[in-house]
Amino acid sequence: MIHIKRMQEDGADVIALIGEIDASSSIELDLAIAKSVGEGFTKILVDCGALEYISSAGLGVFMSYIEEFKDRDIRMVLFGMSERVANTFNILGLNELLQIGKDKVEAKQMVA
Amino acid sequence: MNYTYKVGCSIENLKGVRDFIRESLKNHGVADMQISEIVLAIDEMCSNLMIHSHHCNPDDLFELHILVDKNNPVVFEIVDDGTVFDINQFHEPAIDNIVHQKRKGGLGIRLVKSIMDKIEYQKRSGRNVCRLIKAVHYQ
Repeated sequence: MIHIKRMQEDGADVIALIGEIDASSSIELDLAIAKSVGEGFTKILVDCGALEYISSAGLGVFMSYIEEFKDRDIRMVLFGMSERVANTFNILGLNELLQIGKDKVEAKQMVA
Repeated sequence: MNYTYKVGCSIENLKGVRDFIRESLKNHGVADMQISEIVLAIDEMCSNLMIHSHHCNPDDLFELHILVDKNNPVVFEIVDDGTVFDINQFHEPAIDNIVHQKRKGGLGIRLVKSIMDKIEYQKRSGRNVCRLIKAVHYQ
């Protein structure tokens, strides 16, 4: 249901989410972020361009890293969201708590 | 119009539930953004039911009914035989607490309450019926 690709660009880890994240697949998102952190990346860009759907389980994964990232000075920016996916973040105001950029260029500036 | 979907309590089936809701509402010209919010809320209710009331047992079945009647709000009914968890009685944690406690859960019920206009629980023929009501714009 979700396919996750990772690549590194300019010292940042880019995690691309392809498909749908729900209660059955949110663990994969969690593992991908944990792996990136485990490998020592301090700049994480999450490419949501091909993310078709995210449920509260997926939102919860992003939320659960906010404190840890603050403590460890890790910057994570989500970018490329469709209008529908962006709306999912906006309903509860999570767009105020997470860093969200328009596209990869903006996301890179935000973690620089 | 009444649409019915019967499904086992495996979270792998949530995709089918979402597709069923999208298809049913699309037939009636409900706006895309509104469909996407409704899908989010019902996905949450169904995944909670599968995980907490039925422990993901794929042999436990529940029914999702969608009742669409032009000029009236859409009614979603989730019918099952498990333990009832009334979300109206549940006080969801504040978002700040979710962040501080690094919790992964706690957002879902808040989402459902934000999206749906009304949530009611009934008994019908000995079964649990959770009714979620939402006014929509028909295009």
